[in-house]
Amino acid sequence: MKVMIRGNESIAYAFKLARVKVIPAYPITPSTLVPEKISEFIANGEMDAQFITVESEHSAISAAIGASSHGVRVGTATASQGLALMHEVLFIASGMRLPIVMGIGNRALSAPINIWCDHQDMMAQRDTGWMQFYAESNQEGLDLGIMAYKIAEDERILLPAMVGIDAFVLTHTVEPVELPEQKEVDDFLGEFVPHYVTLDPEKPATLGSFGFPEHYMEFKYGQWIAMERAKKVIDEVFQEFEERFGRKYKKVYPEFMEDAEIVLITMGSMTSTTREFVRKLRAEGKKVGLLKLTVFRPFPKEELRALLKDVPVVAVVERNISFGFGGAVYAELAATFANESNKPRIIDFIVGLGGRDITFNTLGKVVEIAEKAAKGEKVDEVNWIDVNKEAVLKAEGLL
Amino acid sequence: MNYEKEEFFAPGHGMCAGCAAPIIVRWILKLAGPNTIVVNATGCLEVATTAYPRTSWRVPWLHVAFENAAAAASGIEAAAKAKGEKLNIIAFGGDGGTADIGFQALSGMVERGHNVLYVLYDNEAYMNTGIQRSGATPWGAWTTTSKVGNANPIGKLEPKKPVARIIAAHNAKYVATANPAFFQDFKKKVQKALSYEGAKFLHVISSCTTGWRHDPSKTVEIMKLATETGLFPLWEVVDGDLENMRITYKPKKFKPIEEYLKTQGRFRHLLKNPEYVKKIQEQIDAWWAKYGHHYNP
Repeated sequence: MKVMIRGNESIAYAFKLARVKVIPAYPITPSTLVPEKISEFIANGEMDAQFITVESEHSAISAAIGASSHGVRVGTATASQGLALMHEVLFIASGMRLPIVMGIGNRALSAPINIWCDHQDMMAQRDTGWMQFYAESNQEGLDLGIMAYKIAEDERILLPAMVGIDAFVLTHTVEPVELPEQKEVDDFLGEFVPHYVTLDPEKPATLGSFGFPEHYMEFKYGQWIAMERAKKVIDEVFQEFEERFGRKYKKVYPEFMEDAEIVLITMGSMTSTTREFVRKLRAEGKKVGLLKLTVFRPFPKEELRALLKDVPVVAVVERNISFGFGGAVYAELAATFANESNKPRIIDFIVGLGGRDITFNTLGKVVEIAEKAAKGEKVDEVNWIDVNKEAVLKAEGLL
Repeated sequence: MNYEKEEFFAPGHGMCAGCAAPIIVRWILKLAGPNTIVVNATGCLEVATTAYPRTSWRVPWLHVAFENAAAAASGIEAAAKAKGEKLNIIAFGGDGGTADIGFQALSGMVERGHNVLYVLYDNEAYMNTGIQRSGATPWGAWTTTSKVGNANPIGKLEPKKPVARIIAAHNAKYVATANPAFFQDFKKKVQKALSYEGAKFLHVISSCTTGWRHDPSKTVEIMKLATETGLFPLWEVVDGDLENMRITYKPKKFKPIEEYLKTQGRFRHLLKNPEYVKKIQEQIDAWWAKYGHHYNP
């Protein structure tokens, strides 16, 4: 069934179709519509779930851990400051191997306070042990939300997952979305069976105990192995999803890659603009390709190596910044090729922070610098695009 | 079913000799029985009873972090509801994890009315990290962050946070203070709390031999003095009706506070100045003058 929904509703529908039983959530712009929609589903008798209107995001994720430990499917949603407030507890969810799924309305972090889109919130949670998926559209938000449960709950994995949908560009934008039938999703996900030890009075277990140095590292190695195994399980689940629902997903989605001399790497909604821009460049005879990174954790090293080893220049276009180094995707891609003999020249482009629009003009500047690099000219390693550099340099006393 | 002869809190844990917390936990579990899930805030009780791969808990037990036992318990309760189960969900937290860092999560849990019994075992400081003052540390107590010296001869300069009254003011289903040294009263309150549907809160005094600085053999004696001096009164409030608070025990003859203070190293400095002792005595007298008529055995 085709419906016209906002990105937040995609996440809420994913929870409903996955028959999530407990949803602890706290309002935050731009994700607030997720708990509102859940409240509406429950009020209308369309969803049989316990909705906990917690008093903070910290408690949202803590209650999610409690419920998941008691052996039910759990979902929540947040963004930005809310996700940052959860930070401490995110490590605990993954360390306890609980397959919680969380929708994130990707939003900038304070200061200055800003409610618009970038990926800093999820990137800052990179090392918490959660799988990370980024949606390009509301359809992807829904599909990835459903698939995230199948991947997270797989007994080979048991890791929590985040699904990012860009603030406002997706969260608040109405798009046509193909909504699967309940039975189709039931058949795809199967009945929820916790493949982990739960809080069961019949079989008492101690969960979240105190780990000494002689045991701690083995728990962490277990998480490492699970994340490595997730690479294959994600492929399997994407494949099965395509067979059942006809929509194709890849960890790294390649387009216009034939003979490409410059490849742009994008994540989330900026991919749509970039695709049209690359199409235009191709029509002009420019050999530019596009890779959409749908999965950031686990980082798809193997696919990226295979796709980019013979490409002369890669332009990473990203909405996050790690101060003192560069963008997170750039850093990881550079490391991915560190020990390879065939490698592209990788250039970083910081764009669209705090909701600044990413337009053809923005991407034109990116490609212009990438073309210089392709000609062997010297360019900066990290390039900030569409920034009033002069004003900042003056304020910092450098001009 | 009566499970008083069964043990759900196994011996062999690492709690200090003379610590009151294991007495409290052991008896609450006996009274609750096996159909129980426990949530534990970070603290002495958690670290000393669950050194992986060993455990002292014969009921399902969950620890998440310091400040979120009440939130984790809320999640378990919601999951139990979703499954149509009926069981006891009991959260244990120290005074730091309850009255300070965990206070927001507790307030949320009580306001939402989750069917959880939250037990504060109050040893009046951050004992797990080594005796730092908390909001529940009483006026005049020495701790490692309310030190006593020439410029500050008192120690902690602020009064104890009245956490049980604050929780009662949330209109919690049942709130009581309890003292394991008054065992029948303690037992009745645990049973009563477990019999109610809704958010229940027990504030239990829990002496700490290392932090309060007393001989491990004196635990029960000292806790008994806390109530016999009127310092730690025993009361209960149903449905947040503080007007009708019921004091469940009143000493026939109040012992002077000095008798309590002199048992513990943390108060030793106060005894050098009768003004300090007098100040505490006056506060106790004022409390009983104000609330004493609520005594109703």
